[in-house]
Amino acid sequence: MPKDGGIGASTKRREDIRFLTGRGVYTDDLNLHGQTFAVFCRSTVAHGKIVSIDTSATEAMPGVLAVFTGEDFKDVGGNPAGWLINSRDGTPMREPKRPVLAHGKVRHVGDAYAAVVAETYAQAKDAAEQLAADTVIDELPAIVDMKAAVADPSNRVHDEIPDNLCFDWGWIEDNRAAVDEVFKSAPHVTTLELVNNRLVPNAMEPRASIGEYFPGTGDYKLTTTSQNPHLTRLLIAAFVMGIPENKLQVVAPDVGGGFGSKIYHYGEEAVVLAAAKKLKRPVRWTAERSESFLSDAHGRDHVTKIELACEKDGTFLAFRTETLANVGAYLSNFSTATPTFLHGTLMAGPYKVPKVYVNVKTVFTNTAPVDAYRGAGRPEATFSLERVIDKMCRELGLDQFEVRRKNFITPDMYPYTTPVGLVYDTGNYHATLDKALEMTDLAGFEARAAEAKSRGKLRGLGLSTWIEACGIAPSNLVGVLGSRVGLYDAATVRVNATGNISVMTGAHSHGQGHETVFAQIVAEKLGVDANSVEIVHGDTAKIPFGMGSYGSRSLAVCGSAIDRAMGKIIAKGKKIAAHMLEAAEGDIEFKDGTFSVAGTDKAKTFGEIAFSAYVPHNYPLETLEPGLEETAFYDPGNFTYPAGAYLCEVEVDPDTGKVQVVAFHCADDFGNIMNPLIVEGQVHGGVGQGIGQALCENTSYDENGQLTSASFMDYAMPRADDVPFYNVDYSCQTPCTHNPLGVKGCGEAGAIGSPPAVVNAVIDALHRGGYDHVTHIDMPVSPARVWAAMQKH
Amino acid sequence: MYNFDFVKPATLDEAVAALGGEDAQPLSGGQTLLPSMKQRLNAPGVLISLTGIAALKGVKLEGRTLVIGAATPHAVVATEAASVYPALAALAGGIGDPAVRNRGTIGGSLANNDPSACYPAAALGSGATIVTNTREIAADDFFTGMFETALEQGEIITAVKFPVPEKAAYLKFQQPASRFALTGAYVAKYQDGVRVAITGASEGGVFRWTEAEEALNRSFTAEALNGLSLPAEGMMGDLHGTPAYRAHLCAVMTRRAVTAAG
Ligand SMILES: Cc1cc2nc3c(=O)[nH]c(=O)nc-3n(C[C@H](O)[C@H](O)[C@H](O)COP(=O)(O)OP(=O)(O)OC[C@H]3O[C@@H](n4cnc5c(N)ncnc54)[C@H](O)[C@@H]3O)c2cc1C
Repeated sequence: MPKDGGIGASTKRREDIRFLTGRGVYTDDLNLHGQTFAVFCRSTVAHGKIVSIDTSATEAMPGVLAVFTGEDFKDVGGNPAGWLINSRDGTPMREPKRPVLAHGKVRHVGDAYAAVVAETYAQAKDAAEQLAADTVIDELPAIVDMKAAVADPSNRVHDEIPDNLCFDWGWIEDNRAAVDEVFKSAPHVTTLELVNNRLVPNAMEPRASIGEYFPGTGDYKLTTTSQNPHLTRLLIAAFVMGIPENKLQVVAPDVGGGFGSKIYHYGEEAVVLAAAKKLKRPVRWTAERSESFLSDAHGRDHVTKIELACEKDGTFLAFRTETLANVGAYLSNFSTATPTFLHGTLMAGPYKVPKVYVNVKTVFTNTAPVDAYRGAGRPEATFSLERVIDKMCRELGLDQFEVRRKNFITPDMYPYTTPVGLVYDTGNYHATLDKALEMTDLAGFEARAAEAKSRGKLRGLGLSTWIEACGIAPSNLVGVLGSRVGLYDAATVRVNATGNISVMTGAHSHGQGHETVFAQIVAEKLGVDANSVEIVHGDTAKIPFGMGSYGSRSLAVCGSAIDRAMGKIIAKGKKIAAHMLEAAEGDIEFKDGTFSVAGTDKAKTFGEIAFSAYVPHNYPLETLEPGLEETAFYDPGNFTYPAGAYLCEVEVDPDTGKVQVVAFHCADDFGNIMNPLIVEGQVHGGVGQGIGQALCENTSYDENGQLTSASFMDYAMPRADDVPFYNVDYSCQTPCTHNPLGVKGCGEAGAIGSPPAVVNAVIDALHRGGYDHVTHIDMPVSPARVWAAMQKH
Repeated sequence: MYNFDFVKPATLDEAVAALGGEDAQPLSGGQTLLPSMKQRLNAPGVLISLTGIAALKGVKLEGRTLVIGAATPHAVVATEAASVYPALAALAGGIGDPAVRNRGTIGGSLANNDPSACYPAAALGSGATIVTNTREIAADDFFTGMFETALEQGEIITAVKFPVPEKAAYLKFQQPASRFALTGAYVAKYQDGVRVAITGASEGGVFRWTEAEEALNRSFTAEALNGLSLPAEGMMGDLHGTPAYRAHLCAVMTRRAVTAAG
């Protein structure tokens, strides 16, 4: 039984009280004295030359305080890509400058080329409309389709990049020839061409930023919707605006979801800061939902050909993929890492496949930038693998469960080095598959299918056995792979004089529940009441330099930093106790919140130690410092490798093509579990997003680069009736071997593992219904697409 | 949203008078008009709210005719018409979400004549009469094309009269995002014949499927429709469905509506 409020307890999320009662404080909730309003002018064409912007009429409008165009920012730095990728021939990727405001050209619908600041929001809206009318943009042909973009060198998103190619990456290039050899002689090859559909993140809270400037000190403050305030500060300070880091405070207060889209620095943040300095007044901006659709970094968007070479009995020999990855018009901060090191390195899956080669060509188009979105690269890898394996099983008439079992890495093989450059530390994929099958009641499936048939429905079962690399971290490893930042994290544990505790973490919670879970860990380790622990995050003026939350890293990396800082607190507490109890430091034991002298009943409580640390009468000040506050930086030795088996059951209505997910079973290995309730919630949300990708979400640009799914009237988000009651299990646990908590991360799992399970289930249902000509349907597997696929007899 | 003036009259006469003013437009539930104003796609100078006019609200039975005030919200129809005309009540209860149903009104829906809206199918499928401040218009003459109706400038719908059928049903196949009708079929059987109205499918907006009506007049069974189909030509095509898919759904939804009507 876990201790109440300690590790392993299903403690309810303390932050939900304020979120659910409307007492959260989001960026847009702040109202500042003297505030002004910014509105952006955004391109209505996908590609165009900015001929002229006449600001005179706009500047004369009521309430208008300032007008900015790309010209005002042409001499400041660009917003950089955080990851350098080299092409197969060794040349570095092409990195066009991403300006604060578009300059010279607009490159996607929604590309901001000007901003207006006025006394009121309505005045700023009116003025922006005037400015748009006084702007001349010559429309150029839009580059939308990736294949055409690469094939036609005459039409360029960036004039200096002839083939619209950012890079042509091979992983691992040295293995290319050997992999090709395997395919030449393989007894069986299965080939599948597929699309991993582009997604709009659609966080519930749109992006928002408030810039402030304090003339008395020259300090700036940016309040913004960020998943990582220090990273945003670093980008603005070191790359874009040259503000000294110690003169810029970045605060990310309550943030209503991010899913990756709020990792990145966006031009609007620089504009509100520059405008605040110019006007010496706060400048605020909140995206309208339409702006979010057009200008948030989108996710996924791969076109892939995957081949699987195997024996006739289904033993894998090699995987080979060719992918076109869309980066959109500009390189967003992690856009070059997502299709490469977060994707290619996962292309062995949980399998002992001897040979893998991955080729990714990353392409510029006149569309919104694409970057990491929940799962980032790993859903793309998992989808390709699990779909092609499913297809192979059908082609060879093999049992999909046996084929997985035959190819799984076995528990005796760890640490296991994959042919794509990762070392899995631990896992047990047979266990999670067995668990999922047990949860599914496989034996009862035929009866369920027969019952569905009596209602005119086709029932199908789909499997996905997934793995991911998360706890995005080890600086030395990501450095070798091209990262321009370190990916450690930091925490400060401050024990206050009265014994309660403030924990300053580099993680940023935008819905994950850190305030609850981190407090549970502290309560457990320090033997204190969880309610006496406060988690502080999201403010560069309060927290140590941390890298924020994404890539399921909060617990594995930031949580480990907290653990390490607590280790230092306990060590310091022992010193204090030794002094107070007049014992040797080595004789002090710490257990359940009490420091005691081993073998005696002499003891001091945690509270007594804390009080003494701040009221250090009689301290031997030469050897014992007052205070009880410690900071730790933690940089792990490896990624973590959560894995699992997902089984999905769907029913297809053959008359309309509509797919209903009727059951979804998840057996995951997340290592040790800190709070089961939160883990389940994360899996529910992730699988919901995966079902959204698989069945609903369609980001559609037409041939002119217009986003035809730019509102919720056309962009289908999954709703309650699109998802089933989930069946979630996390009892298969192989704790991570290299972090102190033994945790692996669970935030992205659902979004990574679920899409292929859903699509495999649809294909299964159609085959069972006699539509065995259908080998694949691209996501979203909408009713119209299913029906169309069924027609092609 | 641009600035506008707001008038909330208590009587129909005041509303009609106010509508005579320049740039004036009636506002009912606002579920269509206000979003378009927020997006600056629509900019009336004066909004004349109809929801304060008691005479435009309510559901009442006059003989075998159900009369619904134009400013009656969908949620009210969903409950108050349930015992008399369940198919119509179910249609109203299936529009949008609770917020939309508590604000949006039948008059606004019919005046708007969205080609994917539900109420136009009910009105046409029931052979309803649209009553305005100046005249009565048969549903067959009211819907003149996508977002177009027979209403004159300044004319206000005051009520809709639905003859109550022997049996009826509305089956809507939801567009995955908006949940409007990707294609919906309204089937109603009257003593003097069957009416079938299809929404969400045609580029011309709601229409009657006369071949299906004839077949159902011979035999009011789903089987009677076997072999009947509509051409893809003239159907809408978008992200959510091709013209061919919509044509196919027309037949599926009509069959299902007949089965549901019993
Ligand atoms: C999220 C959402 C989901 C929806 N889902 C559906 C759905 O599934 N099915 C469906 O059918 N509809 C749906 N709707 C539309 C909804 O039913 C609207 O209420 C309806 O289309 C318009 O009615 P209203 O009363 O809101 O009209 P308003 O928005 O007030 O007005 C619409 C138009 O009609 C005019 N008008 C209003 N009343 C009159 C009158 N009495 N006489 C003359 N002209 C008038 C107005 O001037 C305006 O041009 C949805 C709307 C939303 C926002």
